[in-house]
Amino acid sequence: MKGTEMEKDPVLSVRDLVVEIPTRHGILRPVDRVSYDIHAGEILGVVGESGAGKSMTGNAVIGLLDPPARITHGEILLSGQPIHNIKREALRKLRGKKMGMIFQDPLTSLNPLLTIGDQLTETILEHLDVGQAEAKERAIAALEEVGIPAARDRIGSYPHEFSGGMRQRVVIALALCAEPELIIADEPTTALDVSVQAQIVALLKRLCRERGVAVMLVTHDMGVIAEAADRVAVMYAGRLAELGPVREVITKARHPYTAGLMASTPMASQGAKRLRQIPGAMPRLGALPHGCAFHPRCDRATAECRADPPPRIDYCDGRAACWHPLPQKDTTKGEPA
Amino acid sequence: MLAYIIRRVFQSLLVLLVVGLVAFSMFSFVGDPVDNMLGQERTQADIERLRSDLGLDKPFVVQYWRFLEQAVQGNFGLSYRQGRPVSEILVERLPATLELAFVSGILALVGGIGLGIFTAIRKRGMAANTIMTLSLIGVSLPTFLIGVLLIYLFSVELGWLPSFGRGDVTRIGNWWTTGFLTDSGLKALILPAITLGLYQMTLIMRLVRTEMLEVLRTDYIRFARARGLRDRSVHFKHALKNTLVPVITITGLQLGSIIAFAIITETVFQWPGVGLLFINAIQFVDIPVMAAYLMMISVMFVGINLIVDLLYFAIDPRLRVDRSAGKTT
Amino acid sequence: MTDTAPLPPTPERAPSRLARAWQSDFLYSFRRAPVAVFSFCVVLTLVLCAVFAPLIAPHDPFDPGTLNLMNGFTPPGEANAFTGESFILGTDDQGRDVFSTILYGMRISLFVGFSAVLLAMVIGVVLGLLAGYSGGWTETIIMRVADVQLTFPAILVAMLIFGIAKGITPPEYRDQMAIWVLILAIGLSDWVQFARVVRGATLVEKNKEYVQAARLVGRKPLSIMLRHILPNVLNPVLVIATISLALAIIAEATLSFLGVGAPPTKPSLGTLIRIGQEFMFSGEWWILVFPAATLLALALSINLLGDWLRDALNPRLR
Repeated sequence: MKGTEMEKDPVLSVRDLVVEIPTRHGILRPVDRVSYDIHAGEILGVVGESGAGKSMTGNAVIGLLDPPARITHGEILLSGQPIHNIKREALRKLRGKKMGMIFQDPLTSLNPLLTIGDQLTETILEHLDVGQAEAKERAIAALEEVGIPAARDRIGSYPHEFSGGMRQRVVIALALCAEPELIIADEPTTALDVSVQAQIVALLKRLCRERGVAVMLVTHDMGVIAEAADRVAVMYAGRLAELGPVREVITKARHPYTAGLMASTPMASQGAKRLRQIPGAMPRLGALPHGCAFHPRCDRATAECRADPPPRIDYCDGRAACWHPLPQKDTTKGEPA
Repeated sequence: MLAYIIRRVFQSLLVLLVVGLVAFSMFSFVGDPVDNMLGQERTQADIERLRSDLGLDKPFVVQYWRFLEQAVQGNFGLSYRQGRPVSEILVERLPATLELAFVSGILALVGGIGLGIFTAIRKRGMAANTIMTLSLIGVSLPTFLIGVLLIYLFSVELGWLPSFGRGDVTRIGNWWTTGFLTDSGLKALILPAITLGLYQMTLIMRLVRTEMLEVLRTDYIRFARARGLRDRSVHFKHALKNTLVPVITITGLQLGSIIAFAIITETVFQWPGVGLLFINAIQFVDIPVMAAYLMMISVMFVGINLIVDLLYFAIDPRLRVDRSAGKTT
Repeated sequence: MTDTAPLPPTPERAPSRLARAWQSDFLYSFRRAPVAVFSFCVVLTLVLCAVFAPLIAPHDPFDPGTLNLMNGFTPPGEANAFTGESFILGTDDQGRDVFSTILYGMRISLFVGFSAVLLAMVIGVVLGLLAGYSGGWTETIIMRVADVQLTFPAILVAMLIFGIAKGITPPEYRDQMAIWVLILAIGLSDWVQFARVVRGATLVEKNKEYVQAARLVGRKPLSIMLRHILPNVLNPVLVIATISLALAIIAEATLSFLGVGAPPTKPSLGTLIRIGQEFMFSGEWWILVFPAATLLALALSINLLGDWLRDALNPRLR
């Protein structure tokens, strides 16, 4: 199975990462002891509700946390090299060249006053040792690769002259043009029409398989995860709830929250059944319950769950951060595996 | 886009007509021009004759039209106070104001944009905070107070710079007088230019800073940083261009207020420009001068607004797209 | 095995309104900003001085009966060579006590400022409501007039209005009417921003269901505007009014300084500075410096306070 090939080192290693934000009401932890690896050519989906901490992890990795948020604990290793504590200038050199990020809204991700050709060539020139003319050729090639028709003619166009789906393709081209090893995609399809979403997801998958790029795909849309990801990490209230291969997590969830998520997501395989809802809502970071963050909504909670937070997931082979994980059975069909 | 230009020009003309109406009404309703123009010894026959000469017995609309006709040719009659043609007086005093406005404008722009960028990029440093506090003072204090205090410090106490007037001026060409070419002229220019420019400069500085901070928070700047572009590129290539677009509009519209504040500065320093002329005209209720000044600056304001609007088109490519063309895929 | 009883909630006593207000984010940031607190104190002090001027001022500077020309040009704190009287801040050329003139001058400045903003607010809100609610030609005319007026800086409009009004009044009454003309001028130059905001808010409210309901029931438009729409559009108006007040006070000082405002017989701080400027070079510095310093303190603290207020009330900056 993909993901367990341990011959190569992972492209990205996040170990016990903690991000804190000091506020007037106390210190918040949008990312609390999160660990996972991503290997080359692999797509790790990071899923959770709004505010669960998935975007924050991405921001922390690429080094674009908005102050006063900061990393207070843990490590981030890019191809074995620590990047969580290096100087700003060194980090800047890695961005674009070794790791890239794409954001949710393609309209606001592109500078409206510069042509896309200009924005592409400047990125290429910054990281690759090529001349102006070759940079332009590469820019055109990048556009063609993401599926922009008549790339040579469109290179001088402005962002507003493209439709939403095309713009996101341009964004992907921009993120990939300096040939990074890791891409963090923060809700790349959320702002797009449903029909376009599938195209973009397919594009991302193809490019990453072809180039062997590791992808952290952050989203709240389980459908995208099911379609694109190899492994998935489920986040809840800043903590990692479950981590594992995508088919397994979806069909045989071990953490009660994940099981609840799956049961409340409409799936074609289930036919027309009533969707189950998890009672309550995810707690705000400033008002986290004692012990396991999920226990107030969990029907399997015990005194242990209320007292101590469950042990964190081991990045190698852990599955669920839960005192009483669900037994190994298929939760979608409601019968044992 | 052509339709837009035509519409704007039409609007501008409308504004000018309305202002013209206001200016003309001043003549009709405030004081009696005949009364002002004839001396003490006058007979009823004199009054009647002057009335018909001036066309004061014709209906309002006709008079208004005549007024506009003459205004366009630059003829506003004679000043009540000085007895000379108003246009002559205006032209004589214009270079003083223009030179002052020009120097202070340059000061405001260069200082404002420069400091604005600096305080946006280094927003948490000591220098930035000091500058911001000082700028608050610059914005809060009334212009005349700044002028008076500057005079008190530099003229009265220190005696370095003159406290009023323009110094020696040299005549260029037919009608222009300049203070740039003499030592005393330049010295006399310093305090008034600072006074006039300070408010503008702090305004521009705070505007540039706010806009730039706003721009630096956008997604496309984040994306630029995520692509590993240098700070220099991010700040000056990406952020600056986007920052300057709204700044240009607002600055252009502020040009109008430079003209208004010039009135104040000229009064403080007894600078012989059109602003001081206007204030004296108000004090003496010299209607022709008031009307002429009003028309003149209306043309300036309206013209500036129009130019700024058109400039906006040139800079922001998004506005150039013809709405009816539709989107491309 | 499973203990599903939920944890009992901690009992809380609802805090009193004052306690809630004190702990609110607004006052919290106020307490945290020393600048805001300091400016507030300064403003408060000056306002109280102005309001209680008749009680505090040692002399009434405008009562000709109490004035003695021989007292003129007395330096601050020293005894006058002729009469032996001494004045804390000295006297001006007419023998008026500078301290008293400053107190009374502030009174005029604040009075004009408040009244002008009030006038501008009333005109602006009325016209804004009218424009927003009626639409059609009414709206177009009002907004066009507003646009034309906005092309020009407010201070210029105020000067013009003052000039015209001065021209209309017979010379004997000019000094007396000056204050009222000043209020009119500044008020008329400022209504536009209120009108715009109110019109915008009215347009939004007009389409809401409660207004439709009122119309269906048959309420008259005036009543709808006053009782239903007005309370909902007042919020932004108050914010603008606060900032307008600072500008109005400065505008008044400027106009008076230029000679198109408060006359020397009833001077405001601006007029005093104008008078003081004449004596700058001849050595009687106190006639200029003290009024100037007072205006400086007033203008600065009002602006600092207003600046902080704007930031505090701006949801985007939080």
